[in-house]
Formats: sequence, C-alpha cells, structure tokens
Amino acid sequence: MSDLPLIQADHAVPPPAATTSTGGRRRRLRLLSPTDRVVITLMVVVPLLLVTALVWLPALATVVLSGTDWDGIGPLNEIEFVGGRNYSDVVNIYPPFVPAVQHNLLWLAVLFVVATPFGMFLAVLLDKELRGSRFYQTALYLPVVLSLALIGFVWQLLYSRDQGLINAVLGTDTDWYGDSNVNIWAVMLASGWRHVGYIMLLYLAGLKGVDPSLREAAAVDGASEVRTFFRVVFPVLRPINIIVLVVTVIESLRAFDLVWVVNKGRNGLELISALVTQNVVGEASRIGFGSALATIMLVVSLVFITIYLATVMRENRE
Amino acid sequence: MSRPRSQAEYLARLVPPSVAGINRRSLLAGAAGTGALLSTGLLAGCGDDSDSGGSSKDVTLGSNQSDPKPKDVLAKVTDGFKTSSGVQVATNTVDHNTFQENINNYLQGKPDDVFTWFAGYRMRFFAQKGLASDISDVWGKLSGYSDAFKKASTGDDGKQYFVPATYYPWAVFYRKSVWQQHGYQVPTTLDQFTALGAQMKKDGLTPIAFADKDGWPAMGTFDILNLRINGYQFHVDLMAGKEAWTSDKVKKVFDTWAGLLPLHQPDSLGRTWQEAAQSLQQKKSGMYLLGLFVGQQFSNDEQDDLDFFTFPEIDPAIGAKALDAPIDGYMMARKPKNEDNARKLLEYFGGKAAADINLKNDPAVLVANSGADVGGYTALQKKAAELVGSATEIAQFLDRDTRPDFASTVMIPAIQQFIKNPKDIDGLTTSIENQKKSIFTD
Repeated sequence: MSDLPLIQADHAVPPPAATTSTGGRRRRLRLLSPTDRVVITLMVVVPLLLVTALVWLPALATVVLSGTDWDGIGPLNEIEFVGGRNYSDVVNIYPPFVPAVQHNLLWLAVLFVVATPFGMFLAVLLDKELRGSRFYQTALYLPVVLSLALIGFVWQLLYSRDQGLINAVLGTDTDWYGDSNVNIWAVMLASGWRHVGYIMLLYLAGLKGVDPSLREAAAVDGASEVRTFFRVVFPVLRPINIIVLVVTVIESLRAFDLVWVVNKGRNGLELISALVTQNVVGEASRIGFGSALATIMLVVSLVFITIYLATVMRENRE
Repeated sequence: MSRPRSQAEYLARLVPPSVAGINRRSLLAGAAGTGALLSTGLLAGCGDDSDSGGSSKDVTLGSNQSDPKPKDVLAKVTDGFKTSSGVQVATNTVDHNTFQENINNYLQGKPDDVFTWFAGYRMRFFAQKGLASDISDVWGKLSGYSDAFKKASTGDDGKQYFVPATYYPWAVFYRKSVWQQHGYQVPTTLDQFTALGAQMKKDGLTPIAFADKDGWPAMGTFDILNLRINGYQFHVDLMAGKEAWTSDKVKKVFDTWAGLLPLHQPDSLGRTWQEAAQSLQQKKSGMYLLGLFVGQQFSNDEQDDLDFFTFPEIDPAIGAKALDAPIDGYMMARKPKNEDNARKLLEYFGGKAAADINLKNDPAVLVANSGADVGGYTALQKKAAELVGSATEIAQFLDRDTRPDFASTVMIPAIQQFIKNPKDIDGLTTSIENQKKSIFTD
C-alpha cells in the first residue's frame, strides 16, 4: 500500500511546464504503449469509417437522388436526372407537405413547452424520496420500454371510436384517430406519455448527482424549495439541461413511429418523416421524390443542429 | 504496492479485482462480437430464409399469407405438394403488408424461388422489368382456367408470368335475418339503393358500414362507382394514366359518391374495415361494400346468415356486370435456385389438387381452377362464383390496377380528403391530375 496520502501522489508528478517541449512530447508518447496506440487508432478509424459509410455517404446519396426520378428498380446508370422538379412538385402539387411541416413544428412546440417541463417536474418530485417512488419511477418509465407496436395497440384500445375505452367512459363518439382536427392531439398525448418518462429518467439521474451540501447551504441561507431549485439546482444541472433540450429537439424532428402505427402518417397525422417513408420505403418506391422530402428534412435538422453547436461552442470558449 | 505515479494509475487502482480480471479490451471485443452476431441474426431474419434451400430436393416459397387461417391453408397445400412430388417446400412467411411494401427490394435481392403475388399492373410491371420468370411452359400443362384468368396472368409481351390460385369478388354484403325482419328488397338501380338507405336510416340502422383508416377500403367504393358510371374500359384507361382525372366522367363519380356519403357510416377515417364489418355483424349496419373476406368477422354459425348483391346499375347503357375481383396467386423469381422444382411447385399450385385443398379449408375465397370440386363451396361461395362467372369484365382493384406510387401516395390521401370534404371536387381532381402528370412520365 502507498505510504503517503493519495492527494500527495498527484503532486508527486512533476508539472508539465517544468520539462522542455520536446521532452514533454516524448514523455507523452512513452505513456502510450504500442498496443495502446493501435487501439486508439482503431477506435478513431473504425467509428469514423462507420459514420462515413452509414451516415455521410447515405446522406450525400439522398441529396443526389433527390435530383432524379429513380423508382428503385434497375441499374444505377439508368437513373435520369430531373433537376429541381422533385422539389417544385413537393412544394406546389403535393398536398400533404404543408400540413407535415406544420405538424412537425407543432410537435416540437408541444414537447418543448409541455412534455419536457412536465418530465422534469416529475423528476424533481421523485427526487424527494416519496414513499413508493420506485413504483412511480417504474410506472412512468414503462412506456419508454414498451415496443411501439404495443403502444400503438394500447392507444388504439383507448381511442377507437366504436370500441374504445375513452368514448365508452365519457359517453362521447369522438373519432379520436380519424378526425383530422383531433387526431394530432390524440397522438401527441400518446407521444408525450412516452417522452415524459424518458425525460424524467434522464433528469432524475442528473438530480441524484447534485451535491446535497448545495441544497443544505441554500436551506441554511433561508431559500425556499422553489428558489433553491431555480437558483441553485437548475444552473448546476446545465449539462443535463442541454442533453434534455437536445433530446427534445431530436425526438420531435424524428417523430414518426406513433403516427406510422396509427395510420401511416395520413389524414391529419402527416409528418415529414412519415412522408419520406411513404414515398421511399413502401411499395411506392418514389425514391427521387422521397429523397427530396428527406433532403428538406435534413436542411431543417441542420438549422437546429447548427444553432445548438454554435451555442455550445460559444459557451465553451467563454 | 508502490505509490501511484500519475492520476491514471491512481484511478486504475480503484477498480476492484473482480472487474479488473476482465480486460477492458476483451470486453470491447466481446461487445463487438455480440453486436456482429445480433446484426447478422437480425438481417437473416429480415431477408430470405433460403439457407435451407440448398439441396436439390428443396424449393423455397416466399409467402405473404401471414394471417393464421390462410397460412394454415397454404401449409396444407405445400404438404400436399411434398406428398405428391417428394420435394420439401421451405416457406418463408412475411407479414402481409411488409411483404407488399418490401417487394422491390425483395425481388432485386435474393428472393425465394416462388413467391405469392397478385394479378394486375404490378405483376406485368415485374415481368417487364425482368424481375419474374416466364412460366408459359407451366401454363401449357395447366387446365381448368377460363380465358379471363389466362389474360390476367399474361404480361405485356404475351407470355404468362402468374399462376392464379384464389380470388374474391367485391359486393354489397348484408345479413339475411336483418333484411327479412325489415322486409328489405335487393335494389337493382341507384334510386332503389338510395331509397333503401333512407329506409334503413328510418329503421335506426346505419345504412352502409364504412371504414377507411388504412386508406385502401374506400378505393373499392370508388372503383365500383367508376365501373357503373363509366364502364370497365374507362377504369383501365384511367388507372393507366391515359384519361384525365379532371374530366367530367371522374367528377360524376365523385359527385355520385358525395350523394351517397350521408348514407355511409360517419367518421370512417378512424375505423378499420374489421370494425366496420363488426357493425354489420352486430346488426347495427344494414350493408357493407367489401370483399368476400368480410366473412372472417362472422362466427361459423353466422356464415349462413351472410348474403350479398352486386352494386346496382347506375347507367343502363353500362349495366351492372363489371366488378372488382382481385386474383391472388404465385410467380417465379428471376433466377430461382431450383428452377425445376419451382416449375413443378407452380404446376401443383395451379392444379386441381391444390385448388381442392384451398376450397375445403378457406371459405373466404374462391378457387380460380374450374376443375376443382366445387361441391364443397358454401352457399355464399357458390353465389360469389356465379356472380364472377357472369361478369363481363373483371377489374383487379384500384391499387392493383395502377402504379403503386400513384395509388399509395396520391389516391389514398386524395380519397381521404374527399371523405373529409366532399364539396371541393374540382380542387381535388385538379390536385390528383397534377400529381398524376408528375408520376406518369414514361
């Protein structure tokens, strides 16, 4: 065992400034054994290749294909380029496009304004170690674990117009999934149900990591619970807050699964991602047209990603 | 143990020996290995299951018959083939909708030797693109098929690519007991049909059960109105993109439909056809325009209570003899691994023995081979067979008679839009026509 306290062990290492620059570099190299270097190289190169092959090349191919009218059949050299026709078709003569954009924005707004704060609120409550908080945690997190097919089925049981639970209990005959004025809210509720659990768990993990002495200090200073949360805990949780924000934006942009399970993203449930799938993945195989939609979605996502990255980088620099 | 020289060394010491025993790299390697295993397993699950199809005694069959009943019937047919030929059939069953949606990738990848498909535009399209094999020689050995079936199995080049197995007509179904109770008569003209609907409303019934959540069932209503108002040839030309959707003929179809919509079950866009069929079964609705498969929602002792009539005449000059009767059957992939066995299997599928097995086990369909022993038909099947036999022309169904991209990305939203807002027919048809022009370019 060490004969000195560990805190001194750190000081035992000579500070790097004491060595010359060349000496420092040689020393750092020596710290990495040849195996380490191979491993590090592999760890950088393999993910890089994977990302390039699985993300960047397909994204680039999507942009290229969006200028063609390929139907997914036949060799690549028979592809005809049609210029910007797909884009003008999307905007001018494709009726589901405008509702899809609106729904995506609505989705983002609702998740951001309602679901995410509610999930954070639940996390704060559960952090209070209420009786049975394990049970609440499990119950709230369960929707995240369930498969989507199952979620679609569960909500179908509730929302079905003729045989659903909600109409049976309330005695109404609202067409929850079929009425295009209502169904987006119905689906958003189901989606929020899932999102709340996800955010709750993320945030709860963050809250558990907050140093209790901070709260004690705030309490000693006479701060109320609410004030303690907003003035002390919330700022301390900044990394988690950013993750929650990013997760919310990503979830709303890629929102797809539930509307697909409900009615394949038609009749009031149009989302850009669902339109892409309808055109590209299904039997339809309008690859070019679908790629144009996907490219539009890529551009929209890029806007958010750029804002996010710019913010993070600026704050890191400060 | 000596003093740690760096922070890294210090941290490394904190790892308990039980964990440190597992080298971090070996753990990573293990994870990578598991990942690879998982992914290959998953991919194999998505793709073809033809690993077992190596021996010359085997043939593979890609099947979309994922519902329990049809799946069971198909298993009986392939068992029959095994008994008669000694060739084992490896059936790869995929969910019905998934199969249909992935058909392009499936056929261009490594398809099974024989696969289930439908007659219609798509069959001819695959034939033209060389994704299916010519099976004219199999047709030389088949008997018991009318010319209508042979025509429906023929590609644009005049060769046969398809073996029909079963089909089912679309008609207006009703429960005899309900009709007897109220004394309803089968309508033969549109006016009688409308009057009957009004009477049903008075009697507290929903006249016409209706559902279009999945987008396709309402196509049946459009088809039959179009066939009654404009006739079969117009249907074919419209589906082929040769006629304008903005024409008065199409507008008249939508107009007529708009007139009938108040008789339809409301809020259809949130309802599945199964739920609509159950409203008929529960005697809440008076009638339902659907395929013969509506019987699946009825219990065995209710089957005798189910009856149908063909959609009434609208224009006397056109008559009421044409109808939708989609044909299901089999095709051969472009390069089957076991071509001889595949042809044998197709011959068996088209033969009397397979038809007899289908007929005996599935009351929801009719068999295409007229040589089959039709003594086993239920009264409903007999009547359906007579109806189709007397039809002058047989259409396949909107989404089988036209380009799939047009049917699914244009027509489904358009028809749903029409159901939501039946007043703006001009705007709707203009929108369809604009999109049609963009899709039917070649």
